[in-house]
Amino acid sequence: MQTCMINIDHLVKRYGNKYAVNDISFKVGEGEIVGFLGPNGAGKSTTMNILTGYLSYTSGTVEVGGLDIIDHAFEVKKMIGYLPEQPPLYSDMTVEDYLNFVYDLKKCTFNRKKHIMEICEVVRIADVYKRLIGNLSKGYRQRVGIAQALVGNPKILVLDEPTIGLDPRQIVEVRNLIRTLGLDHTIILSTHILSEVQAVCDRVIIINRGKLVADKRTEDIATAVEGNRRLNAKICGPQKEVLSLLRAQPGVTSVEAIGQHDADSITYLIESEAGVDIRKPLFSILAKNNYPIIGLEAVGAGLEDVFLSLVDAKEPTTKARKKTVRKRSSAGGV
Amino acid sequence: MLAIFKREMRSYFTSPIGYVFIGVFLAVSGFIFSLSTLQAGIDSDVASYFTMMLFVFSIVIPLLTMKTFSEERRSRTEQLLLTSPVSLFGMVLGKFLAAYTMFACTYLASCLNYYALYKFGTPNTGQLFGYSIAILLVGAAFVSVGIFISSLTQNQIIAAVGTIAVILIFLLASFLNQYIDVYAIRAVLSWISVYSRFGNFTHGVFDFNAVLYYFSITGVFLFLTVRIYEKRRWE
Repeated sequence: MQTCMINIDHLVKRYGNKYAVNDISFKVGEGEIVGFLGPNGAGKSTTMNILTGYLSYTSGTVEVGGLDIIDHAFEVKKMIGYLPEQPPLYSDMTVEDYLNFVYDLKKCTFNRKKHIMEICEVVRIADVYKRLIGNLSKGYRQRVGIAQALVGNPKILVLDEPTIGLDPRQIVEVRNLIRTLGLDHTIILSTHILSEVQAVCDRVIIINRGKLVADKRTEDIATAVEGNRRLNAKICGPQKEVLSLLRAQPGVTSVEAIGQHDADSITYLIESEAGVDIRKPLFSILAKNNYPIIGLEAVGAGLEDVFLSLVDAKEPTTKARKKTVRKRSSAGGV
Repeated sequence: MLAIFKREMRSYFTSPIGYVFIGVFLAVSGFIFSLSTLQAGIDSDVASYFTMMLFVFSIVIPLLTMKTFSEERRSRTEQLLLTSPVSLFGMVLGKFLAAYTMFACTYLASCLNYYALYKFGTPNTGQLFGYSIAILLVGAAFVSVGIFISSLTQNQIIAAVGTIAVILIFLLASFLNQYIDVYAIRAVLSWISVYSRFGNFTHGVFDFNAVLYYFSITGVFLFLTVRIYEKRRWE
């Protein structure tokens, strides 16, 4: 059994009468990489700010490493390395001065030079070590921000949108870095990009409007989202025959011709039942009838689809619960 | 706390602000000193020099304090400080001590001015000493006012202008007394007046009440700064 590193229980953060975080509970075990997914303004940053001690909360309990974050603020802060949404960098300092400052600030007691050099190697900023932070590119700044979070060798890393604003190559680099760090750290990272979660995380926690919508393993999210699989197929041949052939396939729930882009091929949107892969039978039946497939792609599910499917999936249960409550109360009346 | 102190000291010298402060302070104090003592013909009387210096502080001290917290807040670096194992009081104290060190060291450097008095006049060493202590105490109070106001805003300019205004109120409160007849208001004004308490030092008297008053002002504003941060965390 993994030891529980982070335990958030019925956390509420209220600004006036607006709930930024509304009754969120989850646990994170040691060594897990957890993705915090949600649209902008869902409460991701607020939750992270609370966890790291930057903000307080209205009610609930938050424990890190078994210690309450209010009663043992100092111990908890030493356990967590935090990269806020905007890296907290002093543009008038060099990377060297900055990391040494953070080292002092966190009251570390390692071999200073060795510790800082090791971090620079890991996040690959050794080549800008002597430069002013204000003159660095966005990618380097982000990495200096991650380096800052690593100072003091904290067990837990909290990374708020670590890849935002980076170019595609830097995104891949940072993701690889996070995976490497995940080998000996517990990591919570927030993002609004679904593919990022799929690339990096073991587990996904989805929040929307301050509420927890889903808490699943990454593989399960993928299947939950896919539900009905959708394919875009470009097929040569007369529309009528092709349509009837496709509709006759077992597992296919609906087929629709959605466009003709060149003279002899038509694009079809094919939906199939969950868990049925119709691509192979599709190929053989069309090949047998000499209607070649010249293009086939899966229609990916975006974050919006994830939300809709998860929120929709949740709604009936809450309705059902309300109904049972109502039943019970009326039963009590009788 | 020590880490924050060291970083602040360094930042005064990696940006122009530290040099501007030292330069303006020394130039203006030298200018006023020569005008008010040797050139004025009253070779050894330094009372008007020290009085004018109080007003100079209202301009130069905001230079030191305007960015202490406002800049941290604007660039979000305060998130690093507040999520580090440092107490709020340690954070405020570190910044205060850095700004105050700058102030005190520059004042001590400006004491070179007095060399001319010893060369050409007949200065009263006790009086100079008393004044210096008073100046250092008033400086501490003003620096802490500046730090407090800097914690209220993200904008350095607003912090600077606000600090100038509050320091001037502290200095000018007792002048208003001449125009006000209501005893209660006069009592309050003379209570908050930094200037009226400065008077006793003029006569070479070590006024323990005044010392306590300057210490209290310093302490109260540092405490209020801590409270601002606590409030922001809990709101």
